[in-house]
Parts: sequence; C-alpha cells; structure tokens
Amino acid sequence: MNAATKNALINIGTWILVLLFFFPVFWMFVNGFKPESVASSINPRIFFDPSTEGYSLAMARGMGGYLRNSVIAASVATVIVIALAVPAAYALAVRKIKSVENALTFLISTRFMPLAAVVLPLFMILKTLDLLDNVVMLAIVYGAVNLPVAVWMIRSFLLEVPFEIVEAARVDGAGLYREMVRVVLPLVMPGIAAAALICFIFSWNEYFLALLLTSAGGRTTPPFLGSFVDGRGQFLAVLSAAATVAALPVIIAGWVAQKQLVRGLSLGAIK
Amino acid sequence: MNGVGSVATMVAVEDDVSVSQQKTRHRAQIKRVRTNRRLLLPAIVFLILLTQIPFLVTIGFSTIRWNLLYPNDVGFTGFDNYASVFSSGDLWPSIIATVLITSLSVVLSVLFGLLFAILLDRKLPGRAIARTLMITPFLLMPAAAALIWKYSMFDTNIGIINWALRMLGLDQVSWSTNYPLWTVVIVLTWQFTPFMMLILLAGLQGQPGEVLEAAKVDGAGTWRTFTWITLPHLRVYVEIGVLLGTVIILQVFDPIAILTKGTGGTKTLAYLLYERAFIGLDVGQAAAYGVVTVILMIVIATITLKTLFKVFMAGGNR
Amino acid sequence: MAIALALTACSGNGTDEEPGIDSPDVGGESVTLNVATVNNGQMKDMESLKGEYEAANPGVTVNFQVMEEGDLRSAVTADVASGAGQYDVITIGAYETPQWGANGWLVDLTEALASDGEYDVDDILPPVRVAISHEGRQFAVPFYGESSILMYNKEVMDAAGITIPNRPTWQEIADIAAQVDSPDMSGICMRGKPGWGDLFAPLTTVVQTFGGNWYDEDWNATVDTAEWREAVSFYKTMLDDSGQADPVSYSFNECLTALKEGKAAMWADASVAASMLEADDSPVQGKMGYAHMPVVETDEAGWLWSWNLAVPASTKQQDAAVDFVKWATSKEYIELVGTEIGWSNVPPGSRTSTYEIPEYQEAAAAYAPITLEVMSAVDPTQPGVNPQSWVGIQYVAIPEFQDVGNQCAQLVADYLADRTSIDDALAKCQTLAQTAGEAHQN
Repeated sequence: MNAATKNALINIGTWILVLLFFFPVFWMFVNGFKPESVASSINPRIFFDPSTEGYSLAMARGMGGYLRNSVIAASVATVIVIALAVPAAYALAVRKIKSVENALTFLISTRFMPLAAVVLPLFMILKTLDLLDNVVMLAIVYGAVNLPVAVWMIRSFLLEVPFEIVEAARVDGAGLYREMVRVVLPLVMPGIAAAALICFIFSWNEYFLALLLTSAGGRTTPPFLGSFVDGRGQFLAVLSAAATVAALPVIIAGWVAQKQLVRGLSLGAIK
Repeated sequence: MNGVGSVATMVAVEDDVSVSQQKTRHRAQIKRVRTNRRLLLPAIVFLILLTQIPFLVTIGFSTIRWNLLYPNDVGFTGFDNYASVFSSGDLWPSIIATVLITSLSVVLSVLFGLLFAILLDRKLPGRAIARTLMITPFLLMPAAAALIWKYSMFDTNIGIINWALRMLGLDQVSWSTNYPLWTVVIVLTWQFTPFMMLILLAGLQGQPGEVLEAAKVDGAGTWRTFTWITLPHLRVYVEIGVLLGTVIILQVFDPIAILTKGTGGTKTLAYLLYERAFIGLDVGQAAAYGVVTVILMIVIATITLKTLFKVFMAGGNR
Repeated sequence: MAIALALTACSGNGTDEEPGIDSPDVGGESVTLNVATVNNGQMKDMESLKGEYEAANPGVTVNFQVMEEGDLRSAVTADVASGAGQYDVITIGAYETPQWGANGWLVDLTEALASDGEYDVDDILPPVRVAISHEGRQFAVPFYGESSILMYNKEVMDAAGITIPNRPTWQEIADIAAQVDSPDMSGICMRGKPGWGDLFAPLTTVVQTFGGNWYDEDWNATVDTAEWREAVSFYKTMLDDSGQADPVSYSFNECLTALKEGKAAMWADASVAASMLEADDSPVQGKMGYAHMPVVETDEAGWLWSWNLAVPASTKQQDAAVDFVKWATSKEYIELVGTEIGWSNVPPGSRTSTYEIPEYQEAAAAYAPITLEVMSAVDPTQPGVNPQSWVGIQYVAIPEFQDVGNQCAQLVADYLADRTSIDDALAKCQTLAQTAGEAHQN
C-alpha cells in the first residue's frame, strides 16, 4: 500500500469518526423539524414531512429576549475574564512573582465550592443589594467563575514562549507595554482565543446560577431551554429546535476561534 | 525552557558592579515587582470580592440550623451540621462516585481528544468543517445534551443505540438500569472530548516547525517523531487539560440529574449538595457539605499539584 | 413632583380594591405581573390567551416565566422563603400549598374568592379544595387537577379475549399483563424513575391499597412493615415479568410514548394521559379503554394532584396578582379555552361545572366521565385502610416529605434495578421516615 492510499484511508477513517461523534448533534438538528409524535417514534426517520412547529413554538415564547441576555452575559463575562486574566497570567508566567504557587492554588480553589452550596448565600447577598434579575451582575459572577480557568490556561501557553524573545525585547529597551502587547501576546493568541472561547461557552450554557439569580428581565437562554421540559407531555422536537437555535451563536464563535488556531500555526512557524 | 538559567548568569555578572549601579538596579527591581503585582492584583481582588465573601457567608450558614420550610426555627448550632454530614453515611459513597465519574470522564476525554487532535492536525479535505463539527458537542447546553442522549440515544423505545442493536439482532441495553455510571460517563466524555481536543490542538500547532523538519530530514518515521518529539511537547497541554477538565467536571450535575437522579453510584458531591440544598431545603447542612467538599478538594489538589504536576508550579522568574 | 406624589398615592395603599371588580384600579400606571409556572399543556394555553386578559385590563402586562418542575420548585422556594419578591403569581402543587399557607408565605385568598359570587368558589372539586386548604383558609386556586386511572389498549385486549372490569384488582391486572406480555410489547408500563413525584406517586397508592402507609396516626413511620414489603415486591415482580425494559428511566412521558407506539398494553398513571392518548396525533386514538386504578383492600386507589395559582405575600402588586389568579381559574376562562383553542384542551380536574359543559362532554367523551368519577370519589383525608394525620394521598403533607420521599424513591429504584435488596431499601427508608416523623410527634 503506497503512501497516497494510506493517506486517503486515514482521511476517510477520520471523517467517519468525526461524523459518528457529531451524530447526536445532527439528530437533534433533524428532530427539531419533526412534529412531536414523529420525533418520539420508535422507528427513527430521516425522511419525513418537515414542520417548523418546533421552531415557531420556541420563537413564540420570546426566545429573542433570552438570546439577547445570553449574548450580553457571555460577552461581558468574556471581556472581564480576558481583561483580568491576561495580565495576571503574564505576571505568573513571565514576570517575577513570589509565591506563584500560592496564587495559583488560591485561584483554582475558588472553583472547588459546589455551586449548590454557594448559590443560596449568593442569592441572599444579591437580594440585599437589590441586584437580582440583573444580567450584568450575572455576567460579573460568570467572570469570577471562569477567571481561574482562563488564568491557568493562558499561563500555560505563556510558559511556552522562549525566554530569549522576552529578553531580546527588554534588551531593545521595550517597556512592559511593548514587551507584553507587541512581542509576547501575539505569539500566544491561539491560547488566548481558546481561553476566550471556553469562557464564552461556559457563560452561554450556564444554567443554575442563571435560573436562581435572574427571574424575568435578566433571564438567559439555558433556563428558557429548560422550560420546554414537560412533565406531562412529549417535548423532544420543540426542545431540539430551541437547543439548535441556542447553539448557533456559540457555533459561530467556535468557527471564528477555530480560525485563530490556524493563524497561530503560521505565526509559530516564524519562530 | 531556559529562563532560570539565564537569570542565574545575569545575577553572577552583577556581583562585580559598583554600589550605585546596584542601588539603581535595586530600585528598578522594586518597580518591577510592584508592576508585576499590579498586573496580578485586579484579578485577585475581583476574585476575593466575588468568591470569598460568599464563601464566608457559606461558612456562617454552616453553623446555623436553617430549614427553608421552617423559617421560624433558625438558630446557631455550632458543629451540628458537620456532625450530620459525617454521620449520614452519604459522604463516603459520594466521594467515591465523584472520583470515579470525574477520573473516568477526564481520562477518556483526554484519550479521545488526543486522537481527534492528531487526526485533525493533519491536512484533511474539509478540515475546518470537520473541526467545527467536532467542537459542537461542547457547545451544547449540558442539560440539552443530557436530554438528547436520554431520549434520542439511550431510550429503550425511541433511542438510536437500541434501534441499531435491534437492527443488528443484538439484545438492547437498559442503560440507566444496568449501567448508570457508564451512562453518565459516556455523556460527559462526549461533551468534553472537544474541550481536550481544543487544548491539544493548540499545543500541536505550537510545535516549533524547525524541530519537526529536522526530524524528517534525519529520517525519523511518523511514529518515532510522534513518541519522541510530539508527545513530550504535548505533556504540558495534557496536564493542563486534565487539571482544568477535572476542576470543571467536578461541578457538573446535569447528566446525573437527568439520567440517573443520583442512583446507582452516581451521586457525586455536586449532586448530593443540590439535593441537600434544594430538596432537603436545609441551608445549614448544604453549607456544611460545601465547606467539607472545598477542604477535601484543596487537600487533594495541593498534594496532586505538588507531586504530579511539579512542572506547573514553576515559572515566574523572568 | 406632583406626578410623583400622584403615582405614589395611586399604588398599593390598600383602599382602592374591592373584591369582585373585574379590573384592578391601577390608577393609570402600568403593572407587570411575573408569573412563575410549569410547562404543561394548560399553562401553554394560558400563555397564548394572556392577550385577552391584557386587553381587558389595560396597563397590565403579564410575563410568563415558564420553568421545568424541579427548577420551578427551587427558584420559587428560594424567592418566597427569602421574601425576594421577584414573582407576583406562582404555580405550586397541592403538596406545598397548605404548608406555605401556614408559613404565611402566601396571600390568603379566602375572602377575595368567597365574596365573589360569580367566581363560585364552591364549584371547585371538593377533594381538590380539601387538599389545598389549611385550617379552612384557601391560599391558592387550582387550575388543573388529576387523579390516576388505568389505561389499556382495547384492541390488544380484545385480540387476547380479555375484558378489563371498571374496578379491577391489582392481582387481576398483574395476571393480564403477564398474559399479553410479548417480546414486542410489554404487558404493562409503570413509573420507575426515582423521585417522590415520579415513582412514589403510583407506588404510594399501591402501598396504601395493600393496607400500608407512610405513618400511623401518631407519626411513627410504618415503612418497615409486611404491607410495604408485599406492595413493593409485587410492583417489582410485575415489572420484572411484564414491564418495560430499563424501568428506572421511565416516568410519565416515557410510558406515554410506549403506549402511543404500541410498545405497552396497559398503563396506570395520571388521568390527563387519556386526553393525550385520544389526541389527533396519537396512533392509538380511539383504541384505548379506561378503568379505575386497580385496588386490593380499599375502594379507590387513585391519587390526587392539582397545580394551583397562588400570590406570594412578598409581591408588590397584590391586587393585580389576585385579580389575574381569579381570571385564570374562572368559569369564563374555561369557556375561553374551549372556544379559542379547543374543547379537549380545557383544563381538567378543577371545577365541577367543566364536566357539565356539553361541548366538553362531547370532545372528551372517552375520558371525562371516568376522570370526574374518580376525582369525586378519592378521599385525601383517608386514602388508605387506616386513618392518617395528614391530608394527601400520594404524599405526606409535611415539609420533610420532599426529602424523605426522594431518598426512599432512590432506594426503591435501586431495588427495582437489582442493586439492593428490598429489606435493605425499606430499612433505610424507615430510618429516614422515622426521623422526619419525630418532628411532628407532639
């Protein structure tokens, strides 16, 4: 078997694996176009009379408003996280800080408290401050939840930057701004993009805090999606439709970030 | 990484310099340290405000007796809640469930993530599309993903897996009844493989091109290049994936709530806590469980980071 | 300045609301009502009809916050218990209503309802009304009620030459299930999913009709008894022999799908299921038969549940909220649903007069009679053989029951899945129930 055939076989195998892995998402997409009884039928059908019943039900319930809140919450949270995490990770990776260990352990320890234990205290605090049902406050909470992960991630990518590059910039007389923004950060853009994407995804999909800390005007998409679960009636089709719509903005964000990863490759080749 | 080495050389050279130059350097050093602290401070202050204050309130709640349904019977009880945490018999099975589910999901998603990262790092027709398709499971809301697996994949009547088994003439599988743990692990692995793939892909693409070129010129085959150059390079990324994946998966509770409701050895600490807080409606007891969980995890994390991930804690001397 | 004074004078000073007027005097300022509710068919219909209410009450906007049942309980309990006041109208079940009323968390609606002759509060189905009252006061109004019935596929039964009586016994049903059970279709489908509202809704009624109950009159737990052992092992044996595969993943929806797809021949569950099995999109429309819930030692074994609308005491728009609650559960509303959406969509199990509407009788001919029959016959004060100290059939009306029932359901589900023995499960459940019962022994 020559190299070209082997290559082609690996390519086909890769695509088969990818499609298998993607299948549940594909099935969800397809189910969104079925009427409820067809979606819950024992004979899975790929060919059927499509109906937009699920989508119109989802839209009729005001999905637009919830999507808008999710965009606000996820974007604001991501901006906060990147703005705080990049300098912090830089300090912990490139600059000299005593007790790096303590800072890192503290950061990660904030993620150890199970949400259900801290959500009621948080609820009481926000209630006293009259900050319940406020989507920006929710974004700030998301920022705090995602910040440790972002710091750890970006720090790991920064540690990979060879010190000679930093040294060269300093010898050239670069101040902190030039050293950080002009020289080092462009090299870790794939890492920062990955961290930003992950923060956006987690904030977009977060359910429990959104359910309890917001009630009406500030509510985001996940509790809205949960509202389609019906204790007395089938709901697979309408849930699939709503979940597909809810995933679209994140998929677009994923597509954009995925391109960043490729750009990082061409930058890395310069090294 | 030769950061530490060059700093040591620089320090040795400085010994011969005059006092005034040392003073200038000292002042510059203080300025540098202050700038470095200023880089770190906003993040730390932000986190302290938003996590430590609620944490203190949680500790406070753990010392009082407060059942939401008995609003008139609230009072200080000292360590009673902690006593009930340790005597209820729920803590130990919960720890085991947490360890099993978390470690299985993390290990499997790292393995699958590595496989897909390697496969999608190659030149592949339609690679960008393949990558985006692969990321989608991670983009779905965890509750939605769990519901879709429950009804569309695992269900004995309308699920695809059992339909496929029936088509092949095999016995169908009662997932929640017979394999509750694996049911949860499968869904978590499916959702987190893209997460690992993202991190490992970034790592693969950060491989210095010249080293790979040199290896090819030297005549190293794909397998040798992989095991001797790529894998060691990826080690840091695998460790980061494992660490972050663990921290995040420790908190998940949607698949458990939707697929097994905590039965069959799947009642992790996160789900147990949810039950105590929102079904038991016992704020004090839930807070006590929370504090115990945090202490446990800090202990485990400190030990693990100091032994397995020594590499992690270094750095910051530049 | 003058406008501000005028506005403060208009809002909530308590003197402008007389019970019985249709629109609240909101003084020209706009009111937004946040309604926290579950996602069931009746609520979906109510949401689609809210425009009618808003048109009749200019200035009032009604905002439906639909949530999944478990989420609703978490969010509303946190809000109401802490007095946060985010919701003006809430949906709560028959289980919570008397307890929350006793806690002072809900507005007492008794006067507002009694003084409105047109509302006709006595029209509410008596057992439902008993279940949601506390010391004679009413803290919520039902918009949906259900009991449980046996549903069976008549075609399958006819083909096997079996007739199911209107009042079967559990032994008869277990035998019939074994007879019609086949690899393609299970003889019966019953809930097995862990949860006090999932598995234990039918299972508690099975225990009660076998002669057992959760507590005796003095609040001693009676779980570790021969009656419980008999009932629970009967349930498991029936499921093992003729029930669905993967029992612990089955609740209402999964069994509904099984019946509709012809994968199960019988099903004992909420009466509202009948309306879904008779819907136009149901493959088994017209093929189903209905009977009373099977019994052993009692006359009836149906459960009783209602979803009710209540007004939290922490709301800032009490008058508008009470008015909405009355509108949504009135006879006029039921007529509205029938004419605007369809007569089979009319909320069942709340008012006696619903069952006297000719159009409803026609549209729901297959299942309305038996629903009314069963719902009028159940007795929430003593569903079992022995007297009990609480009001409620498939639940114990104490705050601890949510927790106890949930944990016990998990233990029994483990037993159904062959992960534990019945003695272990019942012993552990007994301990939990006993501790909870002790708090009420005085």
